[in-house]
Amino acid sequence: MPTLGDLASVIRSKNAGPFQVTIDIMFAAAEDYQRTLKSVRFTPAEIARRYRIDEAQVALIPFERVHAIKITIPRRWGSRGSGSMGDRDVYGAQQHGPLVDLEID
Amino acid sequence: MANQMTDEIRIVSVNGMLGYGYEIESLKAGIAVKPHLMGCDAGSTDPGPYYLGSGNSLVRADQIYRDLKPALVGAVRNKIPFVIGSAGFAGAKPNVDLTLDVVRCICKEENLHFKLGVIRSDVNKHTVIRALEKGEIEPMPGAPALTRDLIEKSSHIVGQIGTDPYIAAFEMGAQVVIAGRSCDTAIYAALPIWRGFDPGLALHMSKIMECGAQCAIPLAPNDCLLGTIREDHFLVRPLAEHRVCTPESVAAHTMYEQGNPFLLYEPEGIVDIRGADFDQADRQSVRVSGSSFTPTPSLKIKLEGARRIGARAFTIAGARDRHVIENLDVIERAVNEAVRRNLNEEALKEGYELNFRYYGKNGVLGELEPSTVAPAEVGILIEAIAPTDSLASYVLSLARSSYLHCPFKGRKATAGNLAFPFSPSDFAGGDVYDFSIYHLMNVKDQNALFPVEVETI
Repeated sequence: MPTLGDLASVIRSKNAGPFQVTIDIMFAAAEDYQRTLKSVRFTPAEIARRYRIDEAQVALIPFERVHAIKITIPRRWGSRGSGSMGDRDVYGAQQHGPLVDLEID
Repeated sequence: MANQMTDEIRIVSVNGMLGYGYEIESLKAGIAVKPHLMGCDAGSTDPGPYYLGSGNSLVRADQIYRDLKPALVGAVRNKIPFVIGSAGFAGAKPNVDLTLDVVRCICKEENLHFKLGVIRSDVNKHTVIRALEKGEIEPMPGAPALTRDLIEKSSHIVGQIGTDPYIAAFEMGAQVVIAGRSCDTAIYAALPIWRGFDPGLALHMSKIMECGAQCAIPLAPNDCLLGTIREDHFLVRPLAEHRVCTPESVAAHTMYEQGNPFLLYEPEGIVDIRGADFDQADRQSVRVSGSSFTPTPSLKIKLEGARRIGARAFTIAGARDRHVIENLDVIERAVNEAVRRNLNEEALKEGYELNFRYYGKNGVLGELEPSTVAPAEVGILIEAIAPTDSLASYVLSLARSSYLHCPFKGRKATAGNLAFPFSPSDFAGGDVYDFSIYHLMNVKDQNALFPVEVETI
């Protein structure tokens, strides 16, 4: 079974402001985009589990026009926003890791 | 500049971050199209709260000078208005003053003369406290609640300037505008909105332009982009010959750093790009139309504040011994206890934080790391944060020596648990800040909050 990392042409994360991280998953082929969206493994519940947050905190937004999916979640590190005490990733640029190995059926 | 309708307005975005560089040929190509405005974004919250809190810039003054000189000279000599938004990175007074120093230096060297407009974005603490008490402040998504204490402890508070103060500066005859913390969109949208162009198109175009040629292929925040707005559409084109925009590259760029790719929330209103069309206009250009705009019923300005929470000291070392790597949790607990035992009452009362990050194991993702592969070696970052530099250094020193010599069950390498790359091993990391404020405040008159001063250079 391919992973999300195999199917995506771009998989990246970045701060959307100091308190949210947004993950962009882009696909070169329309069928990979459709396959991912239809996959029973690619759900807000599974994403929430991987980031240890509530399902209600996961915004999953498909962007048909460019065959991309956006996921926006609360920032997981830092006592009060990016760059604060306990942060691990000030720009939020390496937070897509937990999704890369997600298997897509 | 008269406030009259023209067929089109051409705007050159010099780059996505003043100080990151650009290709000089692209700048020349931009000046050659006789633009109505040139400018650049110079700020962001991305590198964290330190720059707002301390007033220091992420990019150095000589980087600003290097980028600004050809662009400013080109603009002023060709009578093209020039704007810098979020000057000096965080846009607070010391940040803007640094940029102004560079501008004045270039003007002196090149004998440039013009009317300079300066828009300050610093927001008075009392204004914020009053708004909080009246219930006129709400958190941005994901931001925690605001308190009076957080406002009082913030070293700088700025508001994101929208298009109105920029328009005010143009109306006052400013040829060059240096603005504090700004909405990315205000930098390039103010002029077309002032000239009567559709605000939805103007804000959408500006959102694309604020990153320079980041929307192009190959992408480059450090290169120039041309935006041309007309009555019912706009065009974007990279100014380097070897770059192109495609409908997909431009559409995809609206996702970048945005929580929602379809709705841009700006002080002026909401831009909805769901109905937008993106077409290839020529080899390099993309035409965009159909972004719709709903004006805001009540003006809200985004506030950013940073507060000092302490000072940092850190050390970095490696572990290559399998038994050490298998016992990192055990050692960490023992080190925490040893540090607490060794500190006197006074230091304990002052308070401190000790953090450990294990690169190669889970340094980036912490408890979210899905991999369970046993690493051959691990990079260990030990960090102490305390109210003063000296206490942070002291706590770190205790932690470092405890870690090096910490006994644990099954230990065989009894000479030391850590490989230090450096002597001295410990580093002072300076002041640590957090984002005390990331909230929206109801504002009646944006021009009163962000006053414009005009002077002749």
